[in-house]
Amino acid sequence: MSGTPNPILRHGQQQRVTLTLNGRERSGHCEPRELLSDFLRHELGATGTHVGCEHGVCGACTVQIDGVAARACLTLAVQADGRRVDTVEGLADGDTLSDLQQAFQRHHALQCGFCTAGILMSCADWLRRVPDPTEDQVRDMLSGHLCRCTGYAPIVAAVLDVAARRRRSAAREETAHA
Amino acid sequence: MKPAPFDYLRAQTTADALDALAQHGEDARVLAGGQSLMAVLNMRLAQPGLLVDISRTDELSTIRVDRDGGGYLAIGAAATQGGVEWRATLRDEVPLLALAFPHISHFQIRNRGTVCGSVAHADPSAELPLVLTALGGEVTLRSKQRTRVLKAQDFFQGMLTTAREPDELVESVRFPLKKKGERFGFAECSARHGDFAMVACAAVVTDDAITIAVGGVADRPVAEFWPRLAGDDLRGALNDLSWKLGAQDDAYISAKYRRHLVRELGWRVIEEAM
Repeated sequence: MSGTPNPILRHGQQQRVTLTLNGRERSGHCEPRELLSDFLRHELGATGTHVGCEHGVCGACTVQIDGVAARACLTLAVQADGRRVDTVEGLADGDTLSDLQQAFQRHHALQCGFCTAGILMSCADWLRRVPDPTEDQVRDMLSGHLCRCTGYAPIVAAVLDVAARRRRSAAREETAHA
Repeated sequence: MKPAPFDYLRAQTTADALDALAQHGEDARVLAGGQSLMAVLNMRLAQPGLLVDISRTDELSTIRVDRDGGGYLAIGAAATQGGVEWRATLRDEVPLLALAFPHISHFQIRNRGTVCGSVAHADPSAELPLVLTALGGEVTLRSKQRTRVLKAQDFFQGMLTTAREPDELVESVRFPLKKKGERFGFAECSARHGDFAMVACAAVVTDDAITIAVGGVADRPVAEFWPRLAGDDLRGALNDLSWKLGAQDDAYISAKYRRHLVRELGWRVIEEAM
């Protein structure tokens, strides 16, 4: 904590913003008013994050900022300067989908896919905190996302499935090390 | 749905934020979690000249138990709702907050939204102002010149209107810790889970008294203090309260239905807390 206060960034002037996107340092330029959702898509070319309502309701633009699920449309790009931002592009390991993505595929938990990126980023954060969720808890977490295709049932099934598989594999590992 | 242009300051310290508010006052808005303000900016319902971002001001992000007086949970201006909600000891410290959090918007919003921001925004149907009013909590306002502490009922002055002066920051809010013998209830009715409440009720019941607080009806949360009523007396008191709050018709629901919700949710939260 110290010393010189930060300068006021002036409207209309381009600022350099540097963040760690999916583990890689990336920079771009934007005005103070640019939303993180637009910065990711237009400046950094990371179009996996979708833009729906732009007032925090639909959940399509959900990303993780320092590991915490948040709306990119309610965050300014300049606020993300120096932070870690994770988006759907970072979930898979090369060509291998993450276990969460595989569960969505198995359960047909998407149709048009517009809402999917945001839902995956929410689930990835939430399942770390709630490894053994009930269906009610999953539905409550999903209430922060609008999906107009699936009726949510397959999404709920996918989330419960991946949670159960993770618990089984954790239990197996424990037995193996015992 | 893009904000109009503004200047932006990321305050490193509380002093940075207070300096900026002293200088820019009316034309500045404090950006904490942004979960109400950013939506308002995106819709251009507000077009401030300067945003003072306190979301990364470390000294404002504290959440701590303060043993002064009867004891408080003191929550700094930059502390998120999620940070309070996921606190392991919350249920013992301020059980009414633990009951209210699941009704506040969604997990993803609470991750970033701040407690003080919701209180400063003063939406009459918001849960945190209601809980603060029900518990008789306090708001600390700080400017470059002075610090003052207001009771919740003096801080909330109307629809989106508070006692905060343009050069002041809501530095922290304090929720009284649970006292021995207190029991709590919380309920609300909204069109969909996570939407704004049509009516929300909170109750604090002890062996000889009832506090009932109602949000979403008057232009601010309102608390009433009753002896421990029951049966028809309680029904009667809830009916009087439902009329006293001055419910209005709006595009979605009628005043009559709002009064019905006050009577029914009021009954339910008091029963829950009995």
